[in-house]
Amino acid sequence: MKSDMSTIVKTVTDFLFGFIIIFGIYIIIHGHLTPGGGFQGGAVVASGFALLFVAFARTFLDKKPQQLYGLFESVGLLIFISLAFLGIYRTFFYNFLANSGGLFGMKITQGINPGYFNTAGVVPLMNMAVGFEVACGLSLIVYLLYRGVIEEGEDGE
Amino acid sequence: MNIIDHAPALLVAIPLFTAFLYQFIYYITHKNIRYLATVALGINWILGISMAFHVFSSGPISYVFGASSPGLSLPSGYHFPIRIIFEADGMSAFMALIGTTVSFVGALYSESFAKRYSELSKYFSLLLLLTAGLLGMVLTGDLFNFFVFFEITSLASVTLAAYRTYRKESVEAGFKYMLISTVSSLLILVAVGILYGEYGALNIAKVASMIQYTLLDKVALALFVTSLAMKAGSVPMHFWTPDTYGEAPAPITAMLVSASQASLYGLFRVVFTLYGLKISTLTVGWIIIILGVLSMFIGVTMAIIQKDIKRLMAYHAISQTGYMLLGVGVGLATFGTDAFLKYGFTAMKGGIYHIINHAFYKGLLFLTAGAIFYRTKTRNLNEMGGLAHTMKYTTIFFMIGAAAIAGLPPFNGFASKLLIYESVFKFNPVLSIIAMMVSILTLASFVKVFYSAFLGPKRIKDGKEFKEVPPNMVIAMGILALLIVIFGIFPGFVINNIVEPTARALSSPLLYISTILGKM
Amino acid sequence: MNSYLAYFTALLLIIMGIYAVIFKRNLIKIVIGVSLMESGVNLFLVALGYRQGGIAPIYTMAPRGHQMVLPTPQALTLTSIVIGLATTALMLTLSILLYKHYKTLDPTKIRGLMK
Repeated sequence: MKSDMSTIVKTVTDFLFGFIIIFGIYIIIHGHLTPGGGFQGGAVVASGFALLFVAFARTFLDKKPQQLYGLFESVGLLIFISLAFLGIYRTFFYNFLANSGGLFGMKITQGINPGYFNTAGVVPLMNMAVGFEVACGLSLIVYLLYRGVIEEGEDGE
Repeated sequence: MNIIDHAPALLVAIPLFTAFLYQFIYYITHKNIRYLATVALGINWILGISMAFHVFSSGPISYVFGASSPGLSLPSGYHFPIRIIFEADGMSAFMALIGTTVSFVGALYSESFAKRYSELSKYFSLLLLLTAGLLGMVLTGDLFNFFVFFEITSLASVTLAAYRTYRKESVEAGFKYMLISTVSSLLILVAVGILYGEYGALNIAKVASMIQYTLLDKVALALFVTSLAMKAGSVPMHFWTPDTYGEAPAPITAMLVSASQASLYGLFRVVFTLYGLKISTLTVGWIIIILGVLSMFIGVTMAIIQKDIKRLMAYHAISQTGYMLLGVGVGLATFGTDAFLKYGFTAMKGGIYHIINHAFYKGLLFLTAGAIFYRTKTRNLNEMGGLAHTMKYTTIFFMIGAAAIAGLPPFNGFASKLLIYESVFKFNPVLSIIAMMVSILTLASFVKVFYSAFLGPKRIKDGKEFKEVPPNMVIAMGILALLIVIFGIFPGFVINNIVEPTARALSSPLLYISTILGKM
Repeated sequence: MNSYLAYFTALLLIIMGIYAVIFKRNLIKIVIGVSLMESGVNLFLVALGYRQGGIAPIYTMAPRGHQMVLPTPQALTLTSIVIGLATTALMLTLSILLYKHYKTLDPTKIRGLMK
């Protein structure tokens, strides 16, 4: 079972992987404007990685990527909670960037508008942190479960 | 704002931050830093104590995330509480006091106890997440947030209970616990959804101020009581308790006791605050009393026949939960009548005092069981014996814990049980007699444990005597033992300064509601 | 009647989930049952916020005559889905471990604790 899948699957994966990742990143960074956000985008990115694991099982299962995934997962979580801590001069989770004019600090237009990217303060930053964390965490879960199942199959045979 | 005003948020934020930091440090340096969790939870402990005394002396604190007011005003003048809030009234502060104490002791104890586990940094991360979850459960002022923290607690405690994955029993206990937790949390979510659909709010204070006690509300109440009693380890759904408590590592078991009590807190919060203005007190009160009496009796009778020391203690945990349910249930059954002032309030004080006492002595007993296991590598009572010769501190701590759980003076269990006996006797003498009988059976069971584990000739295994456990395990047990003795020698002081403000906070839903709604 | 259909479906899903959890003799099927319950609860939450003919809740100041669906239940559902993911992953992990220890997925044969 620990082998690559057919050429068709591998070629399609080669082709689709980039698009899936880009789409996931799009969902993550537009989280404050459109439906979606960190978790949903991260899940899309992770599904790209899941495709990679399944199609190229032989290549990836021996690489043992849990070190990298684990590191990035903890970085995402730390960024998230640090952003929450930075607002503690007012309250925990205080949105200190909103309406400040700087990064993501544009004032939100009232009424109907197309949605401006440079708004919402720390919310997009938190979305990115969560997206990072979920993408890595979910890929890690998929990787470990897949490897666990394959090892079990080998033991049984 | 000074640090005490931030305390409700910090109590949850510090463990979370440290938990993530652990993973980061581990992946960068590949080192397992054991003392970091103890330091963080030590800070948390100090914060918990200072917040509790602040709340007891000068009233509830409410903490709004991300803004200064819990509500939002529209230009049309419409005003509604929409933000996520934490509210620390007497009861929440009291539970936070227990949670921070037990988690600190658990972390200190784990430094030595868990030394041989693989992936130690993950163990401590999960321990910190468990702390964050159970503190969040008791501090939150938002129904949905309660569900989220409930799930965090469940996930962390399941993973920790099944941490020794090389033992098949551990994994099995973990799966059982997971199933119970998930089903009960989904039932809670349904109840929260029903309340949201009816009242359009998730804020506990706001919903409590509008509650009507319609048929749908009663359905939601039934779901809340069932699922929270299930998770607290009360009798009809108690079967997971001995398995999970027995298989989890000892410091985790001590914390699981607190996690179960956080569910108990949720139960009391729902019946007293959320439904407190409209609830039919006598019916619900009697339901809680019956659950309590059944838990007491079935727990202790099952405990007597156990041979595994941790399973035995786990059955006693069920039985002691019964005392809390009984005391507070009598308080609820008499709520709003003259009898409440005569004896109902005393019963409530007894039940609440028993919560803190139980967290300490049961925690201590599980830690001593862990210490015995640490040296002898067995949990079977028949294979132990003679430990008093070499493990002197553990023996003393076990005696203190056993005397406290059996309700012997001058330890803390006696003080709270006496309050319950006296007041419940006035309510219904039969219940009081059952409670006393259970206490005697508890004593008998612990005499048996003491005799078979500690007395008798010295035993030697593999040519070595059993040495005393490492110093930080002794210190961890010593802290709890000291608290038990203090709480037993000065019951008057504790009742006046800690228990009474808590009982008063729990029995006055209007204060809880006005703290939030008055701020808007 | 139509507006209650979603609630009936949610109830049906929850009951099916509970049935699977209690009566199925396979750990994977039990996990599926829990997932079914989760889906039922999520459907219930989303249905709570639905308003007939409502539009997506994306306006800061909605134009007159437009009713928006409630955004809060959707946020709750998303959170509940996230938690459901963690729960399912953990339960599947435990099932794999149990299978490794006992070489079976039948819960009636997994009785290490019932000595």
